[in-house]
Amino acid sequence: MSKYSSQEMVLNMGPHHPSTHGVLRFILQTDGEMMVKAVPDVGFLHRGIEKIAEKLPWQGFMPYTDRVDYVASVNCNLGYAVAVEKLADIAVPEKAEYLRVIAAELSRIGSHFIGFGALLLDLGAVTPFVHALRERETFNDLMEMLCGARLTHNYVRIGGVSQDLPQGFKTKCRNFVDHLEHEFIDEFNDLISYNTILINRLANVGVITAEEANEYTLTGPNLRGSGVKFDLRKDEPYGIYDRFDFDVPVGTGKYGVPGDCYDRYWIRIEEVVQSCRIIRQALYGLPGSGEIRTRLAKPFTVPAGEIYVRTESPRGELGYYLISDGGKNPFRLKIRTGSFSSMTIIEHLSQGVMVADLVAIIGSLDVVAPEIDR
Amino acid sequence: MDPEKLITILTSRLGIAVQSMDAMKNDDLMIVVDKKHLITAAGTLKNDPALGFSTLMNHLGVDYGDSMAVIYNLYSPALKQKVTVKVYLDRDNPEVPSLERAFRGIDWFERETYDLFGIRFIGHGNLKRLLLPEDWDGHPLRKDYVYPALYNGIETARIDMMNETDEAGEPHV
Repeated sequence: MSKYSSQEMVLNMGPHHPSTHGVLRFILQTDGEMMVKAVPDVGFLHRGIEKIAEKLPWQGFMPYTDRVDYVASVNCNLGYAVAVEKLADIAVPEKAEYLRVIAAELSRIGSHFIGFGALLLDLGAVTPFVHALRERETFNDLMEMLCGARLTHNYVRIGGVSQDLPQGFKTKCRNFVDHLEHEFIDEFNDLISYNTILINRLANVGVITAEEANEYTLTGPNLRGSGVKFDLRKDEPYGIYDRFDFDVPVGTGKYGVPGDCYDRYWIRIEEVVQSCRIIRQALYGLPGSGEIRTRLAKPFTVPAGEIYVRTESPRGELGYYLISDGGKNPFRLKIRTGSFSSMTIIEHLSQGVMVADLVAIIGSLDVVAPEIDR
Repeated sequence: MDPEKLITILTSRLGIAVQSMDAMKNDDLMIVVDKKHLITAAGTLKNDPALGFSTLMNHLGVDYGDSMAVIYNLYSPALKQKVTVKVYLDRDNPEVPSLERAFRGIDWFERETYDLFGIRFIGHGNLKRLLLPEDWDGHPLRKDYVYPALYNGIETARIDMMNETDEAGEPHV
């Protein structure tokens, strides 16, 4: 044995590290530049949303769902509304269904901009992040036109939506999706996606096989990145998603092996294009007139029962398990989020990778801390 | 697959483990399983080629007031079917075997349920609090939970700004 003994070093990363996407902490066990293990420590953003729900009327909980995943709040609103409507047998007007799809898909686009933009930022590419945020700004403007809020939209209501489309929205929205599909995505790919340095940083890194993804309950883009063609909008359509024509992109190992970080990055780029297609069809099919909200009984109660409803949020399966005792408040409400299960695989994935690759792995899984902690 | 056919298969495969089986609102089946048979029932649901409920969608705990329960939402990609497995627990001593062997991804779900309900998962490798600090008192999602006034000597209640006055007797706001 040499006179220099070597031992593993324990390092702390976060809770305020720029690449932890919110307040999130990792305890790193490192051996030089190699990682032995990274153990996530979560809970810094626990606000007890599930406990709050038990004290609030069914409709009153809607603004709290915004805060579950504030990067894609319409999708969280939608999941909750769909779950309550299924449990209480509430029909949603046709026009409201279309408005929901438009808002939810816009929100998915805005969320993916943060998803892959922040991944690139973590890897040191600042400019593409600014490009992504520039486009997200248009999404913010559109949502502001639609419901007045730029971040926590609270747009969906139980039985419908809060507002009809304002004047000029359709044109602006159509221009936005045309710009994204025909100009921005190509420009962005030329700028960064085909960049050799980026490919070297992401391809063959953090490989998740399809079996592992299923075992660790990964969902959404992270599951599809591993080559599993499963999208709740196609496989278990809720609302009117069965009326739209769109593809479900899956990871094929574009520059490496299926299920690596590049695949998860690329899936999100492709999903933006698919969301553009859905929005265009929804704008075309949107009825010119009609109700946008079903009138709810006052006081609004939900018949006793239990239900689990899952919807496709940008971060994977967003499930609400609702238990009603027939009263005005939920008896128990559990929110199952995509980021929560994405986090559980990090300890497994981080074994034996470089410290710099951990940043790529966290970024490619696109976790949002408030969604884990709730 | 139509629900009646699934019920027949499930009844024959799971046998005595099942206490009751009902259709839920969402084309979903609620299976109440006896605690003693939970591990075998989960193994059958996951590994039986005719069932293949290999995906764990969700897990949660519930406090019904007079009893507690743990719920597992499973999905079978082959059958495109969902089942909800529920196990009722004794409220005074909530203990249930961990399903970590069958579903690896359940690790954090069970830790969260332990954290918020105090339900202990026997056989779980790392049953620590997940969301709350390790020295937190009590389990907040229990129905009889009282929010502690102090945490490590720090007052947890928000100061009532509207009704308080400063030294000069002027209101804060």
